[in-house]
Amino acid sequence: MQQAGDRPVMIGLRSVEKWYDGYQALKGIDLTVRLGERVIICGPSGSGKSTLIRCINRLEEHSKGEILVDGIALDGDTKNLAAIRSEVGMVFQQFNLFPHMTVLDNLTLATMRVRRMARAQARELAMQLLTRVRIPEQAMKYPGQLSGGQQQRVAIARALCMRPKILLFDEPTSALDPEMINEVLEVMVELAQDGMTMVCVTHEMGFARRVADTMVFMDQGQIVEKAPAAEFFANPKEERTRLFLNQILTH
Amino acid sequence: MNSQQNRRLAALAALLLLAGCGDGAYSWGWYIISPFDARGLNNIQFLLSGVGFTIAVALSAISLSVVLGLIFALPSLSSNRYLHLASRVYIELFRSVPMLVMILWVYYGVPVVLGVQIGVFAAGVMALALCDSAFEAEIFRAGLQSIEQGQREAADALGLSYLDKLRYIILPQAIRRVLPPLGNQFVYMLKTSSLLSVIGLTELTRRANELVVTEYRPLEIYSFLVLEYLALILVASWMVRRLERRMAVSDRVKARL
Repeated sequence: MQQAGDRPVMIGLRSVEKWYDGYQALKGIDLTVRLGERVIICGPSGSGKSTLIRCINRLEEHSKGEILVDGIALDGDTKNLAAIRSEVGMVFQQFNLFPHMTVLDNLTLATMRVRRMARAQARELAMQLLTRVRIPEQAMKYPGQLSGGQQQRVAIARALCMRPKILLFDEPTSALDPEMINEVLEVMVELAQDGMTMVCVTHEMGFARRVADTMVFMDQGQIVEKAPAAEFFANPKEERTRLFLNQILTH
Repeated sequence: MNSQQNRRLAALAALLLLAGCGDGAYSWGWYIISPFDARGLNNIQFLLSGVGFTIAVALSAISLSVVLGLIFALPSLSSNRYLHLASRVYIELFRSVPMLVMILWVYYGVPVVLGVQIGVFAAGVMALALCDSAFEAEIFRAGLQSIEQGQREAADALGLSYLDKLRYIILPQAIRRVLPPLGNQFVYMLKTSSLLSVIGLTELTRRANELVVTEYRPLEIYSFLVLEYLALILVASWMVRRLERRMAVSDRVKARL
């Protein structure tokens, strides 16, 4: 395996801060994600982890600092924004599928409208990706007819249709019934094995152990600890990290 | 006496009152609009000849009004303060002008202020549409704001442009939700078009007024007018309900989100 340090930087955050009218959600965030790296962010609720991941495709605007994605700086320039968003896929906690469209139309909309792909080609790609997430038979159904786990797999396929260079996951299994969590995690593990650059906010520590290169622990808007996964789980340096891991691993 | 008998008695009383035959003072002259009478048939044709304008003016006005309403509702999705203010001013202004006043103002005012000659039809469409658009804007605003934030975020995350997001994601969902109030506005528009009789548009009400002047049988003629509107509006409501049902087919399987 190539040394992690040699690979190009896909995401770079430098001294990023974020305020919501007087409340500071992110404080001095520095983070580098390299090509093919899997970064997992954990932390208690309200720690700013979702805000952080949403700043990477500018669903939230950061107030200070610098964010570079695939070499492009995120600022007020809308051209940059469109360019970045089409390279960064996002999977949401609530799936956010388009309920008035079939699964297939959910997948082909952006490839046809943003990538200007022909319909036949877009459909073929969509079917390929539905097969990859193991639900090609659901293509003509509406999202409301699917289980939560199936919906989230459709959402992952929808993000993959854009052939993104980076995938962001914002608590992808938190809204799922327990028996459906694994089918989604399986798909994510496969993506990781294929070398996708991933940033994932999750509480699924078993999954994190399996796929993470780098673990990030956040609390109160700051990165408390950042370490290679093996080291992070075996020997967390910070007291707060240890406490958090104990809390979520004991049961 | 049980309640059913009560109701029957009340209905009988109402019927007597309505027929006006309590003291027999009024002698009805239904022959004036009888299809079996040559003159009556002629009168009926005259009265019905207004229906074209009533439908045309209502359809044109609602179309224009929906477009205007949508334009002035869109700022509710944006965070631009000036756009918000502009749409607020528009809505408050046109919502507070009574329909009849607007009709008179447009008909007599626009030719002077803008220096263009406009006919009664154009003036009528403009007046109805302007007044109604304020309400359409509020309806659309409610519809647009009812779409979950996550839908917009998913569209943004996929890199869709503002117009594509509106066209493919937000509007199709919002319009489905506001179809009942939109249908309601259309029915209201059909009725309000009767006010255009005052500026001389030869729609249903104007025709009735004209016939009253020559025949002097207001009660019979206006009763016929009531039935004309009733029929028109029943048909319109039926069509709106059909449209709602058609558009609701894919809603039955909508996400549980």
